[in-house]
Amino acid sequence: MNDMTPTPEERAANLKGMGCARKRVEDVRFTQGRGNYVDDIKLDGMLFGDFVRSPYAHARVVSINAEEAMKVPGVVAVITAADLEPLGLHWMPTLAGDKQMVLADGKVLFQGQEVAFVVAEDRYAAADAVELVEVEYEELPVIVDPFEALKSDVVLREDTVDENGKATDGAHGPRNHPNHIFTWEQGDEAATDAVMAEAEVVAEETMYYHRTHPCPLETCGSVASMDKVTGKLTLWGTFQAPHAIRTVVSLISGIEEHNIRVISPDIGGGFGNKVGAYSGYVCSVVASIVTGRPVKWVEDRMENLMTTAFARDYWMSGKISATKEGKITGLHCHVTADHGGFDACADPTKFPAGFMNICTGSYDIPTAYLAVDGVYTNKAPGGVSYRCSFRVTEAVYFIERMIEVLAIKLNMDAAELRRINFIKKEQFPYQSALGWEYDSGDYHTAWDKAMEAVDYQGLRAEQAQRIEDFKAGKTRSLMGIGLTFFTEIVGAGPVKNCDILGLGMFDSCEIRIHPTGSAIARLGTISQGQGHATTFAQILATEIGLPADSITIEEGDTDTAPYGLGTYGSRSTPVAGAATAMAGRKIRAKAQMIAAYLLEVHDDDVEFDVDRFVVKGAPERFKTMKEIAFAAYNQAIPGIEPGLEAVSYYDPPNMTYPFGAYVCVMDIDVDTGVPEIRRFYALDDCGTRINPMIIEGQIHGGLTEALAVALGQEIAYDEMGNVKTGTLMDFFLPTSWEVPNYETDYTVTPSPHHPIGAKGVGESPHVGGVPCFSNAVHDAFRAFGLTQTNMPHDHWRIWKTANELGLHG
Amino acid sequence: MAKMHVKMTVNGKEVEGLAEPRTLLIHFLRENLNITGPHIGCETSHCGACTVDLDGKSVKSCTVFVAQAQGKDLTTVEGLVNEDGSLGVLQEMFREHHGLQCGFCTPGMITRAHRLLQENPNPTEEEIRFGMAGNICRCTGYQNIVKSIAAAADTLNAQKEAAE
Amino acid sequence: MIPAGFEYHRPSDIAGAVSILQEHGDEARVIAGGHSLIPMMKLRMADMGHLIDLQDIDALKGIEIGSDVVTIGAMVTQHELITHEGLSNAVPLIKEAALLIADPQVRYMGTVGGNVANGDPGNDMPGLMQCLNAHFELSGPDGGRTVAAREFYEAAYFTARDDEEILTRISIPVPAGGTGYAYEKQKRKIGDYATAAAAVMIGGGTASVAMTNLADTPIWSEEAGAALAAGDVDGCVSAMMGAIDPVADNRGPIEFKKHVAAVILRRAIARAQSRAS
Repeated sequence: MNDMTPTPEERAANLKGMGCARKRVEDVRFTQGRGNYVDDIKLDGMLFGDFVRSPYAHARVVSINAEEAMKVPGVVAVITAADLEPLGLHWMPTLAGDKQMVLADGKVLFQGQEVAFVVAEDRYAAADAVELVEVEYEELPVIVDPFEALKSDVVLREDTVDENGKATDGAHGPRNHPNHIFTWEQGDEAATDAVMAEAEVVAEETMYYHRTHPCPLETCGSVASMDKVTGKLTLWGTFQAPHAIRTVVSLISGIEEHNIRVISPDIGGGFGNKVGAYSGYVCSVVASIVTGRPVKWVEDRMENLMTTAFARDYWMSGKISATKEGKITGLHCHVTADHGGFDACADPTKFPAGFMNICTGSYDIPTAYLAVDGVYTNKAPGGVSYRCSFRVTEAVYFIERMIEVLAIKLNMDAAELRRINFIKKEQFPYQSALGWEYDSGDYHTAWDKAMEAVDYQGLRAEQAQRIEDFKAGKTRSLMGIGLTFFTEIVGAGPVKNCDILGLGMFDSCEIRIHPTGSAIARLGTISQGQGHATTFAQILATEIGLPADSITIEEGDTDTAPYGLGTYGSRSTPVAGAATAMAGRKIRAKAQMIAAYLLEVHDDDVEFDVDRFVVKGAPERFKTMKEIAFAAYNQAIPGIEPGLEAVSYYDPPNMTYPFGAYVCVMDIDVDTGVPEIRRFYALDDCGTRINPMIIEGQIHGGLTEALAVALGQEIAYDEMGNVKTGTLMDFFLPTSWEVPNYETDYTVTPSPHHPIGAKGVGESPHVGGVPCFSNAVHDAFRAFGLTQTNMPHDHWRIWKTANELGLHG
Repeated sequence: MAKMHVKMTVNGKEVEGLAEPRTLLIHFLRENLNITGPHIGCETSHCGACTVDLDGKSVKSCTVFVAQAQGKDLTTVEGLVNEDGSLGVLQEMFREHHGLQCGFCTPGMITRAHRLLQENPNPTEEEIRFGMAGNICRCTGYQNIVKSIAAAADTLNAQKEAAE
Repeated sequence: MIPAGFEYHRPSDIAGAVSILQEHGDEARVIAGGHSLIPMMKLRMADMGHLIDLQDIDALKGIEIGSDVVTIGAMVTQHELITHEGLSNAVPLIKEAALLIADPQVRYMGTVGGNVANGDPGNDMPGLMQCLNAHFELSGPDGGRTVAAREFYEAAYFTARDDEEILTRISIPVPAGGTGYAYEKQKRKIGDYATAAAAVMIGGGTASVAMTNLADTPIWSEEAGAALAAGDVDGCVSAMMGAIDPVADNRGPIEFKKHVAAVILRRAIARAQSRAS
């Protein structure tokens, strides 16, 4: 007998597998400043690139004169579109099937657009030279309003019209105006109109989900190093999808893919900002090829906010119909989507408006119709998923506002209205009217738990008293109770309908078990703070019975990691996590054969038991995984290859559908418009929970980003297309002082199709949080006649609402 | 512009280098001295990722010229590890209480928290939140950062008591 | 965001600093904590050939608490204002206001002299100093002179200080015992300038009221102070509302700012009154 002392529970605990609050392995480096972010990379002879950017939102570029700039000591090159054109690199494809200028090709379409790339010995010389590049512009009429764009004679994108000025077809079909990008329709319009016409009650509302920005604390950057001797390009960068970047670089540069190595080092937060391909990446590559030296580009915060990856900017109009009792019968949604100067949205190819068609939410709505019109304007391109799956924040905001609007129309409690319309547990898998198959859910249980936890009836009683006191002049503070029940759709996605630039959205894991029973696993994803090195090892520990502490997780180097589509849209756990489990199971299958051989029994006579294979019915006869690993390398086993390795490419059969119930209690100072969050309760159901500590951290963070977006964070433009919120003075990132403590809670409804039942959690709190904060603001004023007021609910807009309702006397 | 001969003490060591006076302290640390713990997040003195301890003050090194720091005594997050190379108490407590995610704000957070606890060894939650309000984190929502700092205060106080 | 180059000077006395200013005229500027100036330089909205660092000039340092007057050196930081016990006892309004400036790190570097001399309407100290009836001592090529805070501000970034002068010290009369005080500030978050801020002193039959970031200079109104001293809160608020002239920005439009200004002022008055004895 090898080992009898530890119980199975003790052995499991020793593995630090799924379900345990394992401390993060990343933190030993990060807490002592030993992270390795892109700006930490320093190569011999490295140059620094910096952009000349357009001060205008719409202008012709008449001329560019770099003569004075070239005289600055240390300046090596000034690259313009004219230099890129012979290489075919003056434009690049976007993820949305459009194309985008790398450097201004005759005109600029948004303020801050890249016009020239200055390369110098260091960033100071580059910055000095940027000041000296003389660009002559001829200003053109600026359009910042998408509705105006669709009526205007001003053609923003001359490359998208034919010789008669008529819009040519786009990547998503016919376009009805030169500034129109696509129309995307889902559901049954005629049936929905019919339902609306016959409905007992129809509520209508229009809302604007404002433009904002993911704003990770680390901005975007890259270091390109072209080795002219080997012909190999190495590109480090802030890439949420390093493998896709390699393919894109190969396609646009003509360098064969095996000669490109893309590395995502540590990433200082992504939240969607680092999914796309930016001019800086391309220019650093070109500059390295041209100069033969490594070239670094790192944007500053203003550049980041003004040019890379906005989010949202959806004008949404809705109609929701119901019976008098509140049973919802239909939903109609139209969106005018402002995509800026280029359509650079980061969505799967077949979904130009992402998964906006999840907008029927958590409710059993039999009939629905959605249409989205994408529009060009003189704003920065982007349209990324900011801490959410593709356009899911917009969808959830829409339905969670429409529910409130309907509740007002019905004079009903909004919690009860939700409850009577939830998809029932027994209806899963549930086919939604807009085409999705929800995998699993138990909404009523989650909702009831939330309502009880916050004493919902008690809160309403308190609120009623507050309203009475307010009307009696005893207080100037109102109380809002924000409710949200959200269903996310994450884990993109099945290759049959999800791809980016033709690349199927599978993901991957490759595992090597070392002879001594430790291991390395490599994945196609890349952590940006989610703690993959910790949690993926936990999945594997449980699957293969080796301690998580003995498993190294590596991501982000395309020369070593298997191909994957990266980390965004909460896809790492649903897709790469599944690949990890499946690869682990392949390891286990081979281990089983080795164990059977060693124990001299038939393969079927041994079974897995935490960290070992035991002979069925004789648990004292076993081989630990550690022993099996060694045997894989030192024994000649008939019919079995030496070694213990596995790789899995996982094509998910469906998305996963995490859900949750949130409640926010807010006090609002009617006279100043200052909101104060008194309480926030968040119940999340993300299926199987891998690491509760990390889940909780993700929820705190997502809620805080939701607070920011709901209460003040925006990218605002003036009518000339100038960005008004270009620094962290005006772009609202809350500090520790503005943020409350959150109460977290959970239920567990595993995904039936995911190997470990996990659904993903990183983005749920953002998706659910934004409408919850917003609904709290709305709810505070409901008794005084408010139906809808647009975000962000900063002080002056809340004050304005109070003012318009006559609450200032 | 002519470069100046810069001398200062960083993490207990005398260092020197040549730099233009306009060089921002954060760049001098990161580029000249290869001390890459302090990060650049906003460049307008809002985010605190570049926080260093300069003559006993928490300072945003993106908004200090290297010339101004001439002759001064600096500590960065790298200098807060124990002498044996193990994590210092604050570092350990951030790890213990999940006070970090992407790690980009963490060096500034910990360096600032270090000074906060030097000045106020027994902070209330409110005092921690107010004292840390010059450091922005995009990942954690601060709750676990506050917890980490409170735990570090407790640990440091217990250590001090044990030593007395 | 990289500033343009400059020649750096670190004189050890006021005369040395003044002579560099004289020598280089428009091309030279003094730097105190730098937390207003350096961001402007990084945006290349401020550009100068010579930067004169005042940190080695001892005469610009220190807080002196007299029985009638406190004097504060221009290079005293916000952090020092907050942590100086004698100052907190003598003029508690200063600490209350300083705690609402920017964030901890900025307060370690930001100086009172820089805050009052820069002429930025968003800065809190100018209005505060007007409320306290502080006087600024200036040193220049022709020697020293004193200017009342209430007469110092001409327009945004324009003050009574000549280009070749340095603001050296601030003297503040110690309020009579039992004077009520309050500094009230509404802002969007830590680190923001005021949407509206009010400094109020009341007691001994007098009152003084000033407001911040509601015009291109701080606003102190003699009429408002007189009304408040006479117990006429509405008259005080109405006088201030007549004096302010806010502009629209990301914090909100003019009507909002005016409304909030009145609310903040009333709250400051109420708090000051509650502290008066």
